[in-house]
Amino acid sequence: MDTTVTTTTGMWKGGRSPFNVEYGKLMMWYFLMSDTFTFGALLIAYGTTRFATNGWPDPYIVFDKYPLSDVLGKPMPLVFVSIMTFILIISSVTMVLAVHEGHKMNRKGVAKYLVLTIIGGLAFLSCQAWEWTHLFHEGAWWGRNPFPNADGTISTTNFSNFFFTITGFHGFHVFSGVCINIIMLIMVLRGVFDRRGHYLMIEKAGLYWHFVDLVWVFVFTCFYLI
Amino acid sequence: MDHSIASIAEEQHVGGGRKEIWRVTIILTVLTLIELVLGFTMFEMNEGVGRHFVKGAIIILMLAKAFYIVAYFMHLKHELRSMILTIIVPLTLFVWFILAFLGDGDSFRNYKNKWDRGHVERSMEKMPVKTEDTHHLE
Repeated sequence: MDTTVTTTTGMWKGGRSPFNVEYGKLMMWYFLMSDTFTFGALLIAYGTTRFATNGWPDPYIVFDKYPLSDVLGKPMPLVFVSIMTFILIISSVTMVLAVHEGHKMNRKGVAKYLVLTIIGGLAFLSCQAWEWTHLFHEGAWWGRNPFPNADGTISTTNFSNFFFTITGFHGFHVFSGVCINIIMLIMVLRGVFDRRGHYLMIEKAGLYWHFVDLVWVFVFTCFYLI
Repeated sequence: MDHSIASIAEEQHVGGGRKEIWRVTIILTVLTLIELVLGFTMFEMNEGVGRHFVKGAIIILMLAKAFYIVAYFMHLKHELRSMILTIIVPLTLFVWFILAFLGDGDSFRNYKNKWDRGHVERSMEKMPVKTEDTHHLE
């Protein structure tokens, strides 16, 4: 570990934070851990149901549309969802850069990268809105599943139930992440963190935002790839 | 303890820097691209053992991506070991969680297929393809 204790008293003897992490940030970590279990429970429920079912719709057929795919007449699997994935990765990168600028107490830099992160989040939400609208028009919704199994047999509605529940829950996290980032941006622009003397709040918002990206890694794999 | 928040802000994040951010960005991009390539190869493949291997590879890549996001973007790698353990150790419950539940799902399907003949017959029925309906909805 790079952070070493030079005092003669030990880490746990009092007078300092034994984890060397500020209280709010530590609690954000524990919140994210509990949120991991929530998402984990949803995804494992999905997996269990999938393992308990004969046949399952082929994601490469279901999710092969993108805007203009009808005009071009060329459905392609994975195209749209990989765009969404890259949007989220890039917005995660801009968030790290915002945190990085925060360490240097650079107000303008933090504001710039927060704006980029918010744009990324909104772009992702727009993509998801398009996809949901598209699937709804194809006849898919909670309790309705127009897509047959990969072998052409009758599918259950579990496929669309889990898809809309889990991507919806993730989308809700993205939405709240965007709201948090907007609040952070307002606070940055009003100079709240400069007066406070540190940008730790940006780090906490950043942790949440990276978690949203992290969950998408799992959702993307479980629903679109395998 | 009030002054310690500022000192924590100073102390933390010795590792990292812009270089590390870009390195991790490139790694994440490359891993995603490999996943997509594997996805397209799986799309071409028929059902069988080969597909399971590709799926396994995709899951390993997924875990690698998760590691890079948590370790570097969320800076967990640069925290104190005791703090890292309070996050990681509870998450090991997932090992049991996944094995037990997926195993349960699998055995439930096997039992249904073994004892419920009606269920097997129903799951062999072909789904009628409805193209008219979707247009009405639009």
